[in-house]
Amino acid sequence: MTAGVNRFDWLSEFLARCEDEMIRVRGSSVRALAPAHLLHLDVEDWGRTAAVAKELDCRWCALWAEQLDAETLQVNACLSREGDYFVLRAAVPLATPVLPSHTPVYPAANRPERHAQDLFGLVFSDHPDHRRWIRHQAWAEDHYPLRHDFPARPEGVGETPPDSGYPFFQAQGSGVYEIPVGPVHAGIIEPGHFRFQAVGETVLNLEERLGYVHKGIEKIAEGRMPEALARLAGRVSGDTTVAHAWAACQAMERAAGVDVPSRALAIRAVLAERERIANHLGDIGAICNDVGFAFVQMQCSRLREDWQRGNQFVFGHRLLMDRVVPGGVWRDLTPQCAKLLLTENARLRSELDELLSILDDHPSLEDRLLGTGVLPAETARTLGAVGYLAKASGIDLDLRRDHGYAPYDRLTVDSPCLQAGDVAARLQVRAAEIRHSLELLEHLLKRPPVGPVQAGWRTPAAGAEGLGLVEGWRGEIITHVRFGDDGRIARFFPRDPSWLNWPILEQLIHGNIVPDFPVCNKSVNGSYSGQDL
Amino acid sequence: MLRIFDKIRRVGIVTERAPRDIELEALGKQVKRHIDGRFSGSLAIRVVDAGSCNGCELEIHALNNPYYDVERFGVHFVASPRHADALLVTGPVSRHMEAALKRTYAATPSPKWVIACGDCACDGGEFGVSYASCGAVENVIPVDVVIPGCPPAPRNLLRGLLAAMAG
Ligand code: SF4
Repeated sequence: MTAGVNRFDWLSEFLARCEDEMIRVRGSSVRALAPAHLLHLDVEDWGRTAAVAKELDCRWCALWAEQLDAETLQVNACLSREGDYFVLRAAVPLATPVLPSHTPVYPAANRPERHAQDLFGLVFSDHPDHRRWIRHQAWAEDHYPLRHDFPARPEGVGETPPDSGYPFFQAQGSGVYEIPVGPVHAGIIEPGHFRFQAVGETVLNLEERLGYVHKGIEKIAEGRMPEALARLAGRVSGDTTVAHAWAACQAMERAAGVDVPSRALAIRAVLAERERIANHLGDIGAICNDVGFAFVQMQCSRLREDWQRGNQFVFGHRLLMDRVVPGGVWRDLTPQCAKLLLTENARLRSELDELLSILDDHPSLEDRLLGTGVLPAETARTLGAVGYLAKASGIDLDLRRDHGYAPYDRLTVDSPCLQAGDVAARLQVRAAEIRHSLELLEHLLKRPPVGPVQAGWRTPAAGAEGLGLVEGWRGEIITHVRFGDDGRIARFFPRDPSWLNWPILEQLIHGNIVPDFPVCNKSVNGSYSGQDL
Repeated sequence: MLRIFDKIRRVGIVTERAPRDIELEALGKQVKRHIDGRFSGSLAIRVVDAGSCNGCELEIHALNNPYYDVERFGVHFVASPRHADALLVTGPVSRHMEAALKRTYAATPSPKWVIACGDCACDGGEFGVSYASCGAVENVIPVDVVIPGCPPAPRNLLRGLLAAMAG
């Protein structure tokens, strides 16, 4: 669909169906979380509203809670349809923090609800799985770190024991054996635990146990000034530093009513597309390496290094950290630097053409990637896949096009969409995205808007809130920010795309052989840090 | 098939075209000299992410790209702490990784070094100490060398290794 056309034309039907179901929408606002619509519900209608949304093919995106005062928690769920976003909101009494779950209708809500359960003490009454998720052994079961009465830095914390008693699912049967992997992995990657049940070489079941790199990001965000929040957001997942900082800044800017100059937005997009290219280069190399084709890994990592050196030279940081700041970007881009980046673009394009034609021409590679780790479109839709994982399984989803935020609203975003849903398709989507990002960069660098790259900051009123919606290289990022007193942050919740894509790895691995797990995992490439927070 | 070989042969040359980097070569030679002297030619490193944002991992990975290609200086990243001379630890240590890091340290044969990689590992960085984070690596296991930076660039990682061996 085209951005900006018929926005929310389905909402009246949604509201009518809610009425049919006797769901009372207590109030709504188009401004509080614009461009998303905000709908206030009674807590007892929470679950049924999700069912209505599901009937209308809405996509479930995110859930987060906040403590309003000594007596009240507030729960928010973000859903989307055709690039429109809406947020359901309900107040829950702290004394009896019980509400219906969205998980029976939307499986994607499973872990986010358990995250809120562990950090706020919310009880999702009909949730099919009440096991802890983000809590290991660092705090007691009846302590809730994101409540106001829990200190960010408690005194006298002893040594944290390992989380050895987690009740994993069990599989039984003759010849079934279990392979526990992690948290410390053999390669240079983030920690997490995978529990496989296998028969011979075939994976029967995989269960992920994450949360090892939980750093309390949501808690330590509280009380920060906007610049400090942008820095923290840029470290939610280091490989996505630009997009997370952008989403956080966008949320803060919306809350504060700050208009970011169009030149700054164009530079943000340059940074974001460069980030996308760097990561996709790394992933294409790593996927090939995992099936023994080291040649491509070497070429891609060389190209990625060139790219990162370009980042260092032009932007002063190899990963582009702290370049997006509240109100704009850290510094202007000189015409000489823009020219240099264009030259780099042209070089990468020709290198890529050569390299990708080799990939196409290598049947033994196809043999390993085609039909491996298949994610059918239906499963992808049911589980709420985003980013390249969705695009490789026939789900055409890209915020830059569907939701048209600046500067993408004036660019043609031509997002790839394939049907096969296997590792090969996920690799092809990445390659197509690199090519398209190069085109976008050309537009952005050749005809940048003129003007300042920073807007003055305005301290927002206490309670002001905003929603950031940005397409990172992994997919959709949704960030909620609320301000408290003195222009300080009261609540920060960044939803990395990995929240939605991690559980899908458990599905697409079924029936594959254990030795193909690394390549399947790499093709999904979830961020541990981004989901553990 | 011939076409493929031909392409690989032609593109293979690209790697050799990478500009020679005098400073990097010199740095690498020094590292190699130390490794030859003290470790009979090979330094085995086990990387442990104890809670990083994954930025540090990206730069450690870069050490293996054809520009740096640290293996030629005798630096190997190994899969098990049992094979390691040194642990390269990233991130503030999350409380959920505290036990795993201690176990990894215990599993590494002595004499062993611990290198704290990145601002978070050096002093807690952006995350510091909280209900979920122990902060710096030295709050959990003894640290021999620190390599600051957020994240440290590959060249700084090499320098840090050199400092570790010289010290
Ligand atoms: S030092 Fe920087 S890059 Fe490394 S883990 Fe910490 S925040 Fe991430």
